Amino acid sequence: MKKIELQLETLSCPSCIKRIEKALAKENGVEDAKVLFNSSKVKANFDEGIVTADHLSEMIEKLGYPVKKRKVS
Amino acid sequence: MGKLKKIHIVIISGLLLATAFMFNLAGMDFWKNTALIVATVVAGWSIAKTAIQSIMMKSFSIELLVTIAVIGALFIGEYVESAAVTFLFLFGAYLEARSLEKTRTSLKTLMDMAPLEATVLKNGERVTLPVEEIEAGDRIIIQSGEQVAIDGKVVSGQAHINEAAITGESIPAGKKIDDQVFSGTIVDNGYIEVIAEKVGDDTAFSKIIELVEEAQEGKARTQKFLERFANVYTPGILVLSVIVFIFTRNIELTLTFLVIACPGALVISAPVSLVSGIGNGARSGTLIKGGEVMENFAKIDAVVFDKTGTLTQGKPSVTAIHAIGMSEDELLKLTAEAELISEHHLGQTIVKEAEERGINLTNEAKDFAVEKGYGLYATVAGRRVVIGNRKLLAANEIELEGGVDDYAIGEEKLGNTAIFVGIDGLVAGIISIADQIRPEAIDTIKRLKKYGVKETIMLTGDNKHTAEKVAAQLGIDTVHAEMLPEDKVTHVKQLQEKGYRVAMVGDGINDAPAIALAEVGLAMGAAGTDAAMETADVVLMGDQLNRIPYAYALSKATVRNMKQNMFFAVGTVALLLAGVLLGKVFLASGMLIHELSVLAVIVNALRLIRFKEAGDKEKQYTESIPEMN
Repeated sequence: MKKIELQLETLSCPSCIKRIEKALAKENGVEDAKVLFNSSKVKANFDEGIVTADHLSEMIEKLGYPVKKRKVS
Repeated sequence: MGKLKKIHIVIISGLLLATAFMFNLAGMDFWKNTALIVATVVAGWSIAKTAIQSIMMKSFSIELLVTIAVIGALFIGEYVESAAVTFLFLFGAYLEARSLEKTRTSLKTLMDMAPLEATVLKNGERVTLPVEEIEAGDRIIIQSGEQVAIDGKVVSGQAHINEAAITGESIPAGKKIDDQVFSGTIVDNGYIEVIAEKVGDDTAFSKIIELVEEAQEGKARTQKFLERFANVYTPGILVLSVIVFIFTRNIELTLTFLVIACPGALVISAPVSLVSGIGNGARSGTLIKGGEVMENFAKIDAVVFDKTGTLTQGKPSVTAIHAIGMSEDELLKLTAEAELISEHHLGQTIVKEAEERGINLTNEAKDFAVEKGYGLYATVAGRRVVIGNRKLLAANEIELEGGVDDYAIGEEKLGNTAIFVGIDGLVAGIISIADQIRPEAIDTIKRLKKYGVKETIMLTGDNKHTAEKVAAQLGIDTVHAEMLPEDKVTHVKQLQEKGYRVAMVGDGINDAPAIALAEVGLAMGAAGTDAAMETADVVLMGDQLNRIPYAYALSKATVRNMKQNMFFAVGTVALLLAGVLLGKVFLASGMLIHELSVLAVIVNALRLIRFKEAGDKEKQYTESIPEMN
């Protein structure tokens, strides 16, 4: 299990939280996806055998939220 | 999706509105209406898009209400209303986003303090490296005006360091060899070399930022309630508006009802207050972990303090040695040798005193055994040594002859902890140890009471006489002395059973169970101790007791602010509703008032960023306090 942390551009609508969290929750190999609204960050644990960090950031960008910084640990 | 695009739409729709106004003056009705319809579509499209997106997420949004109202207005030919509503809604949303950012500035200011690079000494050469490339064990050089980029121990030099980023205290702290320095702090003057212990995400500074980020998401009960409420409220309004239409057959009234019933201000009323309040705390070295903690803390009416290290400085020193049948140094030597491997802070104090007197601790202690909460046994140089409190000596049938007990009581009444030493079954002496009360302690207790704490309690493992003396000096209501660690937990439980809402203050390590049990657990001087930062609900990074009344007052102010916002938001909706029913408020004016109420709620929350406890200046503590334990 690896941890991914994405810094997004400033989130302004609280409904964005649900959108991102639901999309991540549907993804195989992703656990404990959490959106920090006030700091505009996404945190999640993922299984690198099933899904890649690249794929996750791409997915969030596709939802319409540009990723500014990514940290995987 | 970005803000740029949003503001462009706002400007275009605003310009179109102005154009329509000019066509109106020129009496060109067709062109006026065209401009208005274009304005509505331009602004309305982005609102409708959001509305559709949230329906797909199975949630009803404010945008949905507005979209329906706008379509309705277009349908009945109210183009002015539809254009004005969409413009106002978008413009309001833009202003809202801008001012919301302000409530987040505290965290941003903190993050901006994050160090970027550091000077590392490698093979005798100075290299400047970005922080990501620094590893634990590197030797870092920090000069006047530079920022510390790692957590570590000073190995050379000395400096005054401004630790405001960590502790909120802006008076520089003196640091010398073996002192701990933290990432994010700034060397005011001096020069130090530091061995990096924690780097990157592991530093106290990074942990603080992470904690604050998480705390700002931690929802208050009020907030959770509001969110559930909004989930029912929005679809409820849709149903209600249908009913309004059926009864009144008045489309305009129905649409106005839809718009003004938007729960915009209500939904953000609680979170904006919390984010501002938590941000304020973080800047002053007080991490309040989330909305629920804020609410709990504001309701506290009993505060339990651990004495050593909390009300006192936690730096005890030996004040007197009373030896029986041997010299002071002989007694000290045997005791220190026995205590050498003890981790107890009083034991370490005795060892330190021996070292300071230049006594060589040559004998190794054997058969070392600790009786937790009482003392210890050891065999040193073939002699059986028992060190601890009165009870431990009594349990070993060592009698306190020749007025030894009277002497000990006398020492205790002076505020010392008396350590009894028994050697080979006979009492060999008393070592008195005292710890200074923190200069700000008296004031802290006074202020807590001023803000509404009914009961202050001190718990200590120390003897009764000392405990009572400290309590009397500080104005603490109740004292419980000679307590074992587990007694503290029981005591907190008892207070809770009596109906008190209890806050427990400790160092977060020894008191972890009691801190976890209390409604609100506070850990002091937690910078650098991960365990304490994790267990406590309120983390005081610095070692200042006076942050406790500050955090308490801040919690109260935040909860009050949250309530003001809620009442204001509900009140506005109620007034607007009345206005609609009386025919005084229409679509566009309703939207305007609605947006203004949203901004008013944010502005009110922003006051919390500037919150300052009344009379919270850096006080001069002139009262002298005698040495105490």
